[in-house]
Amino acid sequence: MKLFSTTCLALTVLATTAYADTCATGKTLTDGKLTIATGNPAYYPWVMDDAPESGQGFEAAVAYAVAQEMGFDQGDVVWVRSSFDEAIQPGAKNFDVNIQQYSITPERDQVVDFSKPYYTAPMAVLVGPGAVDTPATMAALKSLQWGAVGSTTAVPKLDKVVQPTKAPLLYGDNADVNAALSANQIDGALFDLPTALFLSAVMIEGSKVIGQFAPDSGDNPDQFGMLMEEGNPLKECVDQALDALGENGTLAKIEAQWLQDTTGVPLIQ
Amino acid sequence: MTRRQMYERHQRRKSITIATVSTAVAILCLYVFVPMTPGWDKVQKSFFNWEVLQKTFPKLLDAFVVNIMIFAWSAPAIAVLGLLIALARNAKSPAMFPLRILGAAFTDVFRGVPVVLTVYLIGFGIPGLGLPRPWNSPYLWGSVALILTYSAYVAEIFRSGIDSVHHSQRAAALSLGLSERQVMRDVILPQAVRNVVPSQMNMLIALQKDVSLLSFIGPVEIFRQAGVFKSLLANFTPYVGAAIIFLVITIPATRYADYLMARQMRERR
Repeated sequence: MKLFSTTCLALTVLATTAYADTCATGKTLTDGKLTIATGNPAYYPWVMDDAPESGQGFEAAVAYAVAQEMGFDQGDVVWVRSSFDEAIQPGAKNFDVNIQQYSITPERDQVVDFSKPYYTAPMAVLVGPGAVDTPATMAALKSLQWGAVGSTTAVPKLDKVVQPTKAPLLYGDNADVNAALSANQIDGALFDLPTALFLSAVMIEGSKVIGQFAPDSGDNPDQFGMLMEEGNPLKECVDQALDALGENGTLAKIEAQWLQDTTGVPLIQ
Repeated sequence: MTRRQMYERHQRRKSITIATVSTAVAILCLYVFVPMTPGWDKVQKSFFNWEVLQKTFPKLLDAFVVNIMIFAWSAPAIAVLGLLIALARNAKSPAMFPLRILGAAFTDVFRGVPVVLTVYLIGFGIPGLGLPRPWNSPYLWGSVALILTYSAYVAEIFRSGIDSVHHSQRAAALSLGLSERQVMRDVILPQAVRNVVPSQMNMLIALQKDVSLLSFIGPVEIFRQAGVFKSLLANFTPYVGAAIIFLVITIPATRYADYLMARQMRERR
């Protein structure tokens, strides 16, 4: 009898913890699962080998850490792919959160919701093989032929901070900018620092990251946030999770693990 | 007025009234029922946002100048190259046979490959071979890609025009003692070109829009500029603005093409 009642009690306790209400209960697309979207393809060092399910890569690791904090196990996370357009168009989304190096800007905030920032990304200058000797000074940068991905915050940064003498050429994605650098059609391009380091190491022969912009160079540094549908009630859960991860040092640990080689790049004078 | 004339006037008035009323009802239905859809507010804010349109329109017009420039130097080159290819395909003497094959291969390849692919392959591929600046400019090689593609279509239209000139013209000219070259230059071509001008107007209008494909390889023309605004403001209205600018240019051109075709029909009867 005693064994029976203890087992009943134990089972009830287990049952209540299993079905305990977390912040995110009932607020996701599919109950019990968190649907996360990322880019197609997803680049190093944000996601390794275009496989976010592995949890390898800075954004993949952050996504799984936030999911864990909100009560979702690794098996409860579903990955989908999306483009920037799909994320900002009006109407129902096919994801709960979208994590793809989105910079938080006030204009975008009116149309979608962002979580608290999970990373502050300095902007870095990547130059092609023809311009590796360019010094890391503003004056030298002005005379380069610039290129950038048209849909990123690199464009207003070029306009406001660098103010080049020749009009920049704009491209659809990183791959096209790489092609232009290799074909010597542009001298330099602006990327966030980790992406710039990856491109110089792997994608473009003979290119070099010559400098990064200091955080107070007349423009706010880019802060990456997770993108959500406007008015999504999940936002407060995600923010709570990010706060917790920041306080207990997990976010800093993930950053040190995946983005450790971002030190050692000189600041642009 | 005869009874017949009165009857016909009455019929005309009735049909005009019915046409006006039905058009008004259709427009009214759109005006009343579309805003009743659940997502209309969001769609209006995203696609038909007046403030965004006002803010972005001046820069879109500036970017459109790039489109006009590229169009202005491509169109004559296309006309000339198209005519040459058409003549090459029609070469009659056996010594010119390689030219016939070349012409046939040219039109097959460049009509078969999508224009975007040609733009990428030529716009990035040829500069990638190591050309010095300014010979590796995307404006130059992108225009070359457009010129090659459109000449293929224009050549086929010219060829059909040449075939449409009745064989008796050629026979009569030869019997008068004109040489083959004189026959082509003074008798066939003037008639052929006059015959196909309306069809070539269609190609011209298509070219005005396909110039936007050069945005993939760097030049900041109106499509790319609208894309930059879309990413900065998270709003699709700049595309609507670009569409309006295109329509302002292409609608008069299409009406003129229609007028030319109608005039040709009348002259034929």
